Amino acid sequence: MESLGVLLLRPLDTYLEQELDRRCRLLRLWDAPHDRRGEFLRAHALSIRAVVTGGGSGAGGDAELIDALPRLEIIVCYAVGFDHVDLTRCRERGVRVTNTPDVLTDDVADLAVGLAIDAPRRIPHADRYVRAGLWKANNGYYGLTNQFSGKRVGIIGLGRIGLAIAKRVEGFGCPRTRQQAYPNYTYLPTVVQLAAVSDGLVVACSPKEQSRGIVSREVIEALGPRGVLVNVGRGAHVDQPELVAALAEGRLGGAGLDVFEAESDVPQVLMALDNVVLAPHMGSGTRETRKAMADLVLANLEAHALSKPLLTPVV
Amino acid sequence: MPPPAAHGAAGAAGDKPLVLLAQPLFPNFAAALEGRYRFVLAGDADAATVAEARVLLVPGLVAVTADLIDRFPALELMVATSVGLDHVDLRACRHRRGLAVTNAGVAFSVDTADYAVGLVVAVLRRVAAAEAHLRRGAWATDGEFPLATKVSGKRVGILGLGSIGTLVARRLAAFGCRIAYNSRSPKPSCPYEFYPTARALAAASDVLVLSCALTEETRRVVDRGVMEALGAGGVLVNVGRGGLVDEPELVRCLQEGVIGGAGLDVYEDEPEVPPELLAMDNVVLSGHRAVLTAESMRGVAEVVAGNLEAFFAGRPLLSPVTL
Repeated sequence: MESLGVLLLRPLDTYLEQELDRRCRLLRLWDAPHDRRGEFLRAHALSIRAVVTGGGSGAGGDAELIDALPRLEIIVCYAVGFDHVDLTRCRERGVRVTNTPDVLTDDVADLAVGLAIDAPRRIPHADRYVRAGLWKANNGYYGLTNQFSGKRVGIIGLGRIGLAIAKRVEGFGCPRTRQQAYPNYTYLPTVVQLAAVSDGLVVACSPKEQSRGIVSREVIEALGPRGVLVNVGRGAHVDQPELVAALAEGRLGGAGLDVFEAESDVPQVLMALDNVVLAPHMGSGTRETRKAMADLVLANLEAHALSKPLLTPVV
Repeated sequence: MPPPAAHGAAGAAGDKPLVLLAQPLFPNFAAALEGRYRFVLAGDADAATVAEARVLLVPGLVAVTADLIDRFPALELMVATSVGLDHVDLRACRHRRGLAVTNAGVAFSVDTADYAVGLVVAVLRRVAAAEAHLRRGAWATDGEFPLATKVSGKRVGILGLGSIGTLVARRLAAFGCRIAYNSRSPKPSCPYEFYPTARALAAASDVLVLSCALTEETRRVVDRGVMEALGAGGVLVNVGRGGLVDEPELVRCLQEGVIGGAGLDVYEDEPEVPPELLAMDNVVLSGHRAVLTAESMRGVAEVVAGNLEAFFAGRPLLSPVTL
């Protein structure tokens, strides 16, 4: 694929970038200053046949970009979520889209369950407490937190990641409850009903328009003052202002959040709370998984260049 | 809530059995034992109490020395509120014929195991460090946090496959980790691979979890040799006792990159934490709180109350320890 013109929208991963540079004709969108990006795209429009995006909100791949690239054939996402790509426009234009499913399932599930323990048991907070000298100053005193094992865990979205989460929480003796039809799991038709019977709720659904705001004020209230919410899906799944207020006012017991409405923009109110664990969208953030994701991106690009079937197409 | 008043009244019969206290009771125990016993602080015991006392209740980790045990000739039962008994002179207990010792049994096992798993994920996935990065505002300015390492598929070595170690194993197996262990003796009924020494276990592990008792045999079992065997990518998680690890050597091994990281809930001299650790972001520090949950506190209060009741009713003890 040496002649394949590939546009990388932002720095993602050193290994991936080096391989793209080595094996394709790589263009980096950030070589142009922000206000000259339109010019950059126009200048290179005819040579760009592929775009590589990251994940999360604002990762690129919108209609504006697609329209600016008349020779675009494929958008390759270094992510499992593809909500940042305008699929309708892609279908209209015959542009293929791929993502990176499966390779990051374990990592996201590991982090989700890690957050489900670390939030109620306040492990990162304990770390800050010790580092601030408070354990010593308070003569070895620390308050009580709540047990994790055996609690009822409700999983919203029983796809690959949701199932991997379920498998892990079963190791803790947590009864199975989720909000999707699946054998052997108690099925609750609405998320509010699920929240009402759960001590903890894990959001692991894929970013579709239907799941926007699925964790509403009603759901948060049903989860209650001892309930814990973990979100490794999308910030958009949760009514964030409502979540923040509920946590600050004690109407929700705690939260473990890897995603936010506007990424890297974490509400100040959350930063002041001890009953939340905040993570910078690192569900797939391990060396092992990012390499596997990069290899899958490269494999999809190569398959496309050789007119072979794509490995993990979305469109 | 103040502890029950300590009486020293000589010959006070009454209905309530006498129980010596090595130190004042914590509020949750006081509530569970309300009105059922006559408590006397060991230090306040008068001659009659000294002669009469059959039971010593040891709240927390206060030291129980041979001297203390020898002072009470009628002692038949020592009730600890912890699982670990390294604060008790067990040799002196063994020498005292007819002295039984009970501990917290399995009351703390679940919460300790959960905490160990929480620490494993927090260290490997750098949860605490990433949150500190985020809370400093660095996610917005510096961008992505450096990559961590996968939990699934790691080889986990458990030192001490007792009730806590067994639960840790089950949990991490569900994460897709490969479990191996070292214990005083192999457990044929368990599906995990046994290694005859701590060093051999460490050499075959990416993560070493310490969940064994602190005894003469296990003191500083994790020495430089074990840490070198664990290796530069290896992580140590300790929810047992600080004394299991050569702590100054641990600090050096972390500084030199001999091991890759650590999750510590216990230290040699609590609440002292080696200051060098405070500068490290590949370490998760915690203040001996793995069992501090409402559920564990209720559980141990029940075990303590149950052991006392059983003793005074002449029934078998709930959680006797083999001395």
